[in-house]
Amino acid sequence: MENGAPNNLLNEQATEEKGEMARLSSFIGAMAIADLVKTTLGPKGMDKILQSQSRGQEVTVTNDGATILKSIYVDNPAAKVLVDISKVQDDQVGDGTTSVVVLAGELLREAEKLVNMRLHPQTIIQGYREAMNCALKALEDLSVNHVEDPEKYKEDMLKIARTTLSSKILTNDKEHFSQLAVDAVLRLKGSTNLDSIQMIKKTGGTLNESYLDEGFILDKKIGVGQPKRIENAKILVANTPMDTDKIKIYGARVKTKGMAEVGAIEQAEKDKMRKKVQKIIDHGINCFINRQLIYNFPEQLFTDAGVMAIEHADFDGIERLALVTGGEIVSTFNNPEDAKIGECKLIEEIMIGEDKLIRFSGVALGEACTIILRGASTHILDEAERSLHDALCVLSQMATDSRVVYGGGCSEMIMSKAIEDLAKKTPGKRSLAMESFAKALRQIPAIIAENGGLDSTELIAQLRAAHVNDGCREGIDILTGTVGDMTKCGINESFKVKKCVLSSATEATEMILRVDDIIKCAPRQREQ
Amino acid sequence: MSLAFDEYGRPFIVIKDAESKKRVKGLEAQKANILAARTVARILRSSLGPKGMDKMLQSPDGDLTISNDGATILEQMEVENQIGKLLVELSRSQDHEIGDGTTGVVVLAGSLLEQAEVLLDRGMHPIRVAEGFEMAAKVAHETLDSISEKFDFSAENLEPLINTCMTTLSSKIVNRCKRDMAEYCVKAVMAVADLERKDVNLDLIKVEGKVGGSIEDTSLVYGIVVDKDMSHPQMPKVIEDAKIAILTCPFEPPKPKTKHKVDIDTVEKYEKLHETEQKYFADMIKQCKDSGANLIICQWGFDDEANHLLYKNELPAIRWVGGVEIELIAMATGGRIVPRFVELSEDKLGKAGKVKEVSFGTTKDNMIVIEDCANSKAVTILVRGGNRMILEETKRSLHDALCVARNLVKDNSIVYGGGSAEIACSLAVEAASDKVKGVEQYAMRAFAEALDAIPLALAENSGLAPIESLTAVKAQQVQEGNQRLGIDCKDEGTNDMKKQNVFETLIGKKQQMMLATQVVKMILKIDDVITPSGYA
Repeated sequence: MENGAPNNLLNEQATEEKGEMARLSSFIGAMAIADLVKTTLGPKGMDKILQSQSRGQEVTVTNDGATILKSIYVDNPAAKVLVDISKVQDDQVGDGTTSVVVLAGELLREAEKLVNMRLHPQTIIQGYREAMNCALKALEDLSVNHVEDPEKYKEDMLKIARTTLSSKILTNDKEHFSQLAVDAVLRLKGSTNLDSIQMIKKTGGTLNESYLDEGFILDKKIGVGQPKRIENAKILVANTPMDTDKIKIYGARVKTKGMAEVGAIEQAEKDKMRKKVQKIIDHGINCFINRQLIYNFPEQLFTDAGVMAIEHADFDGIERLALVTGGEIVSTFNNPEDAKIGECKLIEEIMIGEDKLIRFSGVALGEACTIILRGASTHILDEAERSLHDALCVLSQMATDSRVVYGGGCSEMIMSKAIEDLAKKTPGKRSLAMESFAKALRQIPAIIAENGGLDSTELIAQLRAAHVNDGCREGIDILTGTVGDMTKCGINESFKVKKCVLSSATEATEMILRVDDIIKCAPRQREQ
Repeated sequence: MSLAFDEYGRPFIVIKDAESKKRVKGLEAQKANILAARTVARILRSSLGPKGMDKMLQSPDGDLTISNDGATILEQMEVENQIGKLLVELSRSQDHEIGDGTTGVVVLAGSLLEQAEVLLDRGMHPIRVAEGFEMAAKVAHETLDSISEKFDFSAENLEPLINTCMTTLSSKIVNRCKRDMAEYCVKAVMAVADLERKDVNLDLIKVEGKVGGSIEDTSLVYGIVVDKDMSHPQMPKVIEDAKIAILTCPFEPPKPKTKHKVDIDTVEKYEKLHETEQKYFADMIKQCKDSGANLIICQWGFDDEANHLLYKNELPAIRWVGGVEIELIAMATGGRIVPRFVELSEDKLGKAGKVKEVSFGTTKDNMIVIEDCANSKAVTILVRGGNRMILEETKRSLHDALCVARNLVKDNSIVYGGGSAEIACSLAVEAASDKVKGVEQYAMRAFAEALDAIPLALAENSGLAPIESLTAVKAQQVQEGNQRLGIDCKDEGTNDMKKQNVFETLIGKKQQMMLATQVVKMILKIDDVITPSGYA
């Protein structure tokens, strides 16, 4: 007890980091995470290979920030905060998962310098908050809304899709995929529910051969000998056992005295099934889809009646089918007149690659569509799906907030300029924090340029000079490696995503800055 | 360890296995205890006030908590020291009783002990110190009463209450949407409050969390939320004027407990069995329908056939509802839990104004919301957040705000915050001490000094020069006779806490001082600590 602290306040294995040490360890942890994903930012960002720990050691190749951060195991508490915000960003808007982490990392890097200058963390936080509000205002002023003009609205969406996809694996075919994503989202007519957009991945072919199919595609097979193509289909969606009806009365068993009776019972069973099938057919349908298995016997009965029977459509598929065809999920068949039957114009079996799939086109609910992704390997397909999902999320969010801002670092430069103007007018130490915020914002285009192998310092200096004039829309055109007018390059981003990135990153920074004490409890003893 | 010996030189054994135990005695024991308590208080000191810093706590399982709520920090810290645990208890009891000021109470206790240590060094007897503290606490108590004011609000004018809750929430993680949160809290409290009796039963307010979405999606529900969905995807999602049959029997043919067998040996019997089976289902549905129910809540599942029949008969149903929830629903809706279909009748149905299924976000998350229940005023605040950490912290913040609103409803006496009450008490105790004869005078002065620790810590955490600001405010209070002056934590340019709208409940403040003094007295009275050596 000589050192002034009682030696047994906490458990022996627990650790406590205080004040400067605590701050240092959270800065280092957070920046390490930010540096990890930094290189994946932008259209020329690099990918990461993730190898899973579990059996099989599956490999994922991705440059999606959320996916990377989700898969790595971090121990540093501050780093966990950053992983969390990237997840939140993913849930809320679906894109900008890397940017948010990188921005938070840069903000912390700047904050560290300020802390070393003996600025109180609370002062920094206050400065950051004011700077964020100023930046949001600048961003709002910059944003344009084309919701009234459908032509321009669509144009905006295409541009956003292109910008989002350009940083992903789909960048080579971004024209194709952005068109595809916009078409799919436009079908939703303002809903943000991505459920009715289905993605089917089939290996083979090239990414370019992916296409959007209007209607619903079910990855199942049609029973043997049944019609492969039905026009004006009447569909009964059911969830019923089509083997033998189990006897549900507890304790019942069949006991017979001889072979003849066994035969009779078997016959009765068959009759029962035949009746059931007859009842189903009596609904006046020509397509029957069941969630459960259809045994050979009833299948044969359906074939005889010329009804298409599809078995074992999983629960999701059934619900979706019921939704898109407008039918109901049926389990009893006694009142054919009451049952609602789904309809669609055409059911046919199609071939994608070597697999047979069933397509329902011309369905009642126009929102549904299916995107079929083709690609050389499962890794590519997985990554393509993730990228497309990001784009779809962003686009569907456009329905709630259709404002767009300019990308290519243009909006960052404008925001940082607005903050610097504010800092000049602000008395007190807060202004230092604001300047740091502006500097951190400028780092984003710098990193994007750096990842593209460009001279970031030079470009940023040029940009800054250009942005002295108000109303300047210059940004970095990464493809040519020069400074250019963003209105002409067509690099747009969704306002909502940008806003989310800004506010979440500031919030996370604040959260980490406010910590002055880290207490790690002793790890729970696990029995080996 | 000192041992007594008898006249033959054999050690006198008072405590069993005395050699293997560690024992600290007398002044040394007091000092060690004070040190432990101060260490705990020092950890919390920097979390005091609106600009207090957070603590990051990692649980044994690696989960992360970031909080500046005193009670939470101490609870999750897993303090092992016995005296440290006393302080944890102290903060917890403040949390349970008042729900706010959990950090302040520990800081105050720590500072009192610090002052006590100086007095002990001077050779004052611990009991005299404790008594002096007690006297001082009494003076402080009276001062608090004299400076307290009444806080005006009514059921129609909730704005002051909302402002108060916003003050509480502004230091928390949710400050981004504090306005909404404060409104939810006040509305929730007002919904269950009995203004006549000035009583609020916080048990009726459930704070439920579900991961996903953002904090902005948090909502207030006048009713119960059940994390289930309708059994058939195509059942209606909204039911007005619901009459709920609450069942604990499955939609299945009965399973008698006695062992039995039904033998089937002919085709006729086989077919008959099938018919009976169908009839069972039809009967069950009919019984439900006949009772007049339009919603079935069942503890068990039902199979596809029953499910579809229910749907056909326009009887929406919720299955697999847990036992606790079933009971809650039954209580709130005034229904009876029915264990057999035959017993179902109209008077056993629960009633609710509206039952609906709500879905959240892009992920397929559905929940059943039962609103306007017949019997109970229960409300639920459904908290949403991106991850568990934010969710838990939001829940804790809401709990604090709820407590503040409740306390104001219970007793609308307030004192102003920002350390102004502490400064006023400190001045009063100082003045009173001069009139006391005996050594207690010193103890009272020490108490006055200890009270200064709160405004000092506040100023320090806000990045102000602590001693300078405290002396300035103190002088101003004496000069102007205005007890509302405190530390300007938020840098708003005024020291008048009434203008800044910063105040705390009188009960909370009183409780804080009382509890802190009591614990300090207790710690001072300990003069012997015996621990088995293998333990430490």
